[in-house]
Order: sequence, then structure tokens, then C-alpha cells
Amino acid sequence: MIKSELINKIAEENPHLFHRDVERIVSKIFDEITGALSRGDRVELRGFGAFSVKERPARVGRNPRTGEKVDVSAKRVPYFKTGKHLRERLNK
Amino acid sequence: MSNQTLTRADLAESVYEEVGLSRNESADLVESILDEIADSLVKGDNVKISSFGSFLVRSKNGRVGRNPKTGEEVPIEPRRVLVFRPSQVMKDQINSDNS
Repeated sequence: MIKSELINKIAEENPHLFHRDVERIVSKIFDEITGALSRGDRVELRGFGAFSVKERPARVGRNPRTGEKVDVSAKRVPYFKTGKHLRERLNK
Repeated sequence: MSNQTLTRADLAESVYEEVGLSRNESADLVESILDEIADSLVKGDNVKISSFGSFLVRSKNGRVGRNPKTGEEVPIEPRRVLVFRPSQVMKDQINSDNS
């Protein structure tokens, strides 16, 4: 399923809403999650999962082809942990 | 870094502010969106949200695990796990200095 298909499903379930409003709502939710993570916040959606940000320290990497050392700067990476309920549903 | 935690209520509030719906309906919509994503994944269908990321269902084979404390062998059944792969857009945004 891709974003446009998700929007279509929600629009079908809510015939009283304009399609463009459903688009705005779906986009808004994902934008809010990304926004929270860029502020360093967590997003916890019980039963579904939690988004957080992990810090990766700077390190010296290597170009695997040449063996040359390269400095890799510190960065932050988004992380998702599946919620208990969803994890159980995946294995039922 | 503000180190706060957003929840469904915060998402519902932002939907409420975005379009002229009631708070109740905004909360219901947040729930429906999460449900649709979860249902799709449970069916084994991956979910790809452009400029956000992809939720992928991976099948893991069974293996023999070990209780690290007792050293005892325990069978781990084959199972399905969910992984989230953030989009490049999200990765860039999280590393940009707008916080």
C-alpha cells in the first residue's frame, strides 16, 4: 500500500469529507511525526509502535573498495519499535 | 532537543487545527489511519509513504536461541517482524539544524 492508496481508503470510509482534506490530514500526521523527531522528541503510539531518534557517534569508516580511511560525522537516525499489539497481530 | 513525547492526542490536535473537524472526529481519523496501516501490514502487504518511509514485513526463520543467563537452549519459532526504513527526506530533516 502506498500513501495515495491509504488516502483513498480513508476517503471511502469518510464520504462526508473532501478528498483534498483527507490528503491534508494524512500528510499532516506524517509531517507531525517527522517534525517531532527532528526536534529530538519521541512519538509513542500505543499498540502500533514508537518512533524515536538514536544518536550515532562520529567514527572513522573505510572505503571498502580502496581501504582508505574516511571520517564519518556524528548523525541522528530515526528508529521505530513495533508496538506489542501489532507485533502479536503479525504472528497470529 | 526538547525530549518530549508525542502521542495520539497530539496528532489528533494537529489534525483538529489543520481542518475544521471536531476534536472527536480528528481523533477517530488518526485511529483509522493507524488501523489501515496495521491491517495492511498484518495481511503481509508493505506500506510505503513517500518522503516519510516504508514499513516492511520480514519473515524470520526459526532458530535455536539461548537464555543468556542460564545458557539453556530455547527454540525460537519462525515469525514475522516489522521494520521501518526511513526515507532519505526524513533522514536529512532529522539531521538538519532546525531544532
